[in-house]
Parts: sequence; C-alpha cells; structure tokens
Amino acid sequence: MSSMVLDAGKILLIFAVFMQIPPLLIYLERKICAFIQDRIGPNRVGPFGILQPLADAIKLITKESITPKNVDVFLYTVAPLFVMVPAAISFAVVPVGADVKLWGHTLQLQIADFHVGILFFLAITSLSVYGLTFGAWASNNKYSLYGGIRSTAQMISYEVAMGLAVICVLMSSGTVYLREMVFAQSHTYFGFLPAWNVFHQPLAFVIFLIAAFAETNRLPFDLPEAESELVGGYHTEYSGMKFAMFFMGEYMAMISMSAIMVTLFFGGWTLPGVVDAHSTTVWNALLSVVVFGIKTGAFLIFFIWIRWTLPRLRYDQLMKLGWKVLIPLALMNLFFTAIWGLRDQIF
Amino acid sequence: MSNQKLNVREPWYIRWGILGLLKGIALTIKHFFRPKFTVQYPEVTHTPLPKEEAHQWKPRGQHRLNVDEQGRVKCVACLLCQTACPSHCIEITPGPAPEGYGDRDKYPIEFKIDMLRCIYCGMCEEACPCDAIVLTDKPYPVTYSREGMIFNKEKLMQN
Ligand code: SF4
Ligand code: SF4
Repeated sequence: MSSMVLDAGKILLIFAVFMQIPPLLIYLERKICAFIQDRIGPNRVGPFGILQPLADAIKLITKESITPKNVDVFLYTVAPLFVMVPAAISFAVVPVGADVKLWGHTLQLQIADFHVGILFFLAITSLSVYGLTFGAWASNNKYSLYGGIRSTAQMISYEVAMGLAVICVLMSSGTVYLREMVFAQSHTYFGFLPAWNVFHQPLAFVIFLIAAFAETNRLPFDLPEAESELVGGYHTEYSGMKFAMFFMGEYMAMISMSAIMVTLFFGGWTLPGVVDAHSTTVWNALLSVVVFGIKTGAFLIFFIWIRWTLPRLRYDQLMKLGWKVLIPLALMNLFFTAIWGLRDQIF
Repeated sequence: MSNQKLNVREPWYIRWGILGLLKGIALTIKHFFRPKFTVQYPEVTHTPLPKEEAHQWKPRGQHRLNVDEQGRVKCVACLLCQTACPSHCIEITPGPAPEGYGDRDKYPIEFKIDMLRCIYCGMCEEACPCDAIVLTDKPYPVTYSREGMIFNKEKLMQN
C-alpha cells in the first residue's frame, strides 16, 4: 500500500517539475536570443525579468480565444492537446535518477519502465504530428494547411532516420529498457572515459540529434510554422490558451527529446566518480537527479543556441537531407554495427 | 581561363555546410558574451558621442521660447522662423508691444507650434535673429488629442 503512495508521489513530483520547465525555457529562450543578438532581453518584470513567463502566462490566459467561423470546431479544439499530451507522456519512460530506498521500499526514479522502453517513446512522440495536422486541417486556412502538410512530410521523413539511429544503439547496448541502458553506461573506459553510447555510436548520435531537431520543429527545421512564408504555419488561426498549448507542447517535446538523448547517448543520470549507480541512498539519488538535470539543460540550451544560429532550410533541402543523407548514413551505420556485433560468427 | 575558378569543387566540409555550421555556432557564442548595445531608454538616454564629448550632444526635441531678464518673451515677432519653417507649423499672431517694452515695437500675442507637423529640423532656431526660439532636448510630446499637440505661447515659454 505504502509503496503505491510512494509511487503516486513520485509520479506527481516528476510531472509537477516537468510542467515547470517550459516557462523557464521560454524565459531562457528569450534571454539567450537577446544575448546572441547583442540585446538585453526581458528585464522589467522581476529581477532580471525572471517573472516574465508569469506575465506571459497571465496575458495568454486572459486573452480572447478566437474560434474562426469556418473551422471544424471539434478538431480545432483537440488539436493543441494532441501536441501537448504526447510530449508530456513520452517523458514517462525517461529514468531521471538513481534508485532510492525510502521506508524500506526501493523506488525507481522513473515513471514507467515499460518492456518496450525506447519504442514507446518513439511511438508516442510521433503522435504529435496528428496535433499539427489536425490543427492545420481544422483551421480551414491555406497557410495552416501548408504548415500541416509540411509537418507531416517532415516528421515522417525524419522519424525513419531517427528510428534507424535508435536501432544502432539498441544493437550495441542489447536492451530496449532505458533503465538498463543507463546502468550499462555507468562504468568507465581506461578509468576516465565514461562508457557513454555516444562514444560507441557517434554517427548514430549525430543522426539522432538532427532528427530530434526536425521532430520537435525547431529551427533550422521549423518549416511547419515558417513565419516568413506561412504567416504562422499550423497555428495561424490559434490564439489565447490554445496557442499557448501548442507553444508549451513544443517546449515539452524539446525537454523529452533532450532527456531521451541524454539517456541514450550520454549515460542518463550517471556520472562516474560523482554518482554511484548501485547505491540507494537519498543523497546519491538527489545527486543523480541534479546530474540528469544538468545534462538535459545543456541539451536544451544547445537547442536554443542552434535556433538563433542557423537559418531555416528550404523545403527541398530538408527532404534531401532527410532521405538522401541521413537515411543512407543511418543504414550504413546499422550495417557496420551489425557486422561488428556478429564479428565472432563471421570471422 | 577566368571561369575555371567557378568550376573549383570546394572540399566536402564546405559543400555540406559543416564549416559554415561551426563558424555560425562560434559567431553566435561570441556575440553571447559581447557587451550589449541596448540603452535602457527612460532611465538612460542615448548619446552617440563618446562620454567626454557627451555634453556637446544635443538632440532636437520640444521648442522653448526664451525669456529675457525681466521675464518677458524675447521674441520680436519678426516672423523669420515662420518663413523658414519647411513644414509651416509655426503660427504667430504679431501685435504692437505693450507700453513697458521700450526696446521693440512688436511682440507675439500668440505663438503656436503644431508639434504633429514639426519635423524638428531646427531651422526656426537658426533663423531667429534674437535667440528667442530654441529646440530643447526634451523628448517629443505625447498627448491624447490633436489639439493637445498644438503648443501655445505659455506652454512653449515653460519648456
Ligand atoms: S523645427 Fe523645423 S519644422 Fe519644427 S517648427 Fe522649427 S522650423 Fe518648423
Ligand atoms: S521666434 Fe525669433 S524668428 Fe520667430 S518671430 Fe520670434 S524673433 Fe522672429
């Protein structure tokens, strides 16, 4: 019984913290953008403008939520949910910290340790394309529709490359459980180099990273919402809280993607010399959560940094990169990983 | 010969944009740590001159009608500024100077400037023979109505 209470508490806590990050990220995004452009950024609301997200939230909540006349009201209303909910659910499989022993119960700091592990993540994140497409279709607006079509094409193309990159990792680590994958990366080579998958599968990491940018619709792959050509893309007609949900969904997807990249390629919450993977003390667990947070935060900042560096790709360039570069590279990587895995039988 | 240069195949890292990507990333991170250009306007005003010469810098803002030692308006209603003004926004109603004004015959009964039409060019200031009208560095006025943007003599003397 009490273990159920603990589990529920854990889930609530992880979810609550997860929901607090997007506003923080929006603040960071604006601040980093401003700094890169030699500006100061928001600095009027609270010290260093730290309360700016709060002001934004109040503005968005009190804003009129307009539903245009010719929209499909049902799809128009559920579309933002289809973006936000998968992004939030996909975080469930990410292990955020070391096991911890509390009142005689061993608690895994991971909401769900499914048998399908990473495959669940891939399946759920690709659902968010429905949100974009529904929103675009229901808006009954040509710009939105273009955005929706583009998002579909883009997500399907990059999903393939991403899946192939993940398969390479699965082959070299031999498990789909994210939890076991983290444990497998907790030791070191030569006493100093952490045994992270990024050193086993550097090419898979690069492919995954590029595909992650495309999957989360971040620049340079933000064609579905390309402001300069499509007004606002799939969310042209949205306003108020519905728009805010699209917005939150984008940031949540970014967090989930960063978290999964850390887990797959950068050893998750482990850090040799700092976190002991097999200890169950509270202190160790806290430390592991902090390590996980720092690694994920680094990725998030990288996402933002890239956004303010690179120009948007043209549509044909996007397709070319996806089908003619990433997928062949991923297949090649897969092939060589397979050969390496079977080297004993072959040679 | 000359277009041989165009056919040069660049190395793969340029063609694939990898060098450009790294350069871009380096550039943005450099700008991240640079001093910022932003001027926090209401608290700090922008002076394009270096600090030592900043006192020479004078932006052109609202006009002021100067007064002499006895508190009388300096203007002699010669209408030179009204003539010089390129946007015809000065409207002077001249009249004979009151009794006590020993040094002149005319003075402006009313002196109106339409701040909406004014382009703050400073021609009026240059035209004035007796330094009666000057442009101060007060920022452009803000009011709620068009009428409020027409400044009269009293208002201009207070500026
Ligand atoms: S500043 Fe120029 S436009 Fe304005 S009143 Fe003087 S002369 Fe006219
Ligand atoms: S302000 Fe100067 S230029 Fe204009 S009417 Fe008066 S004296 Fe003449």
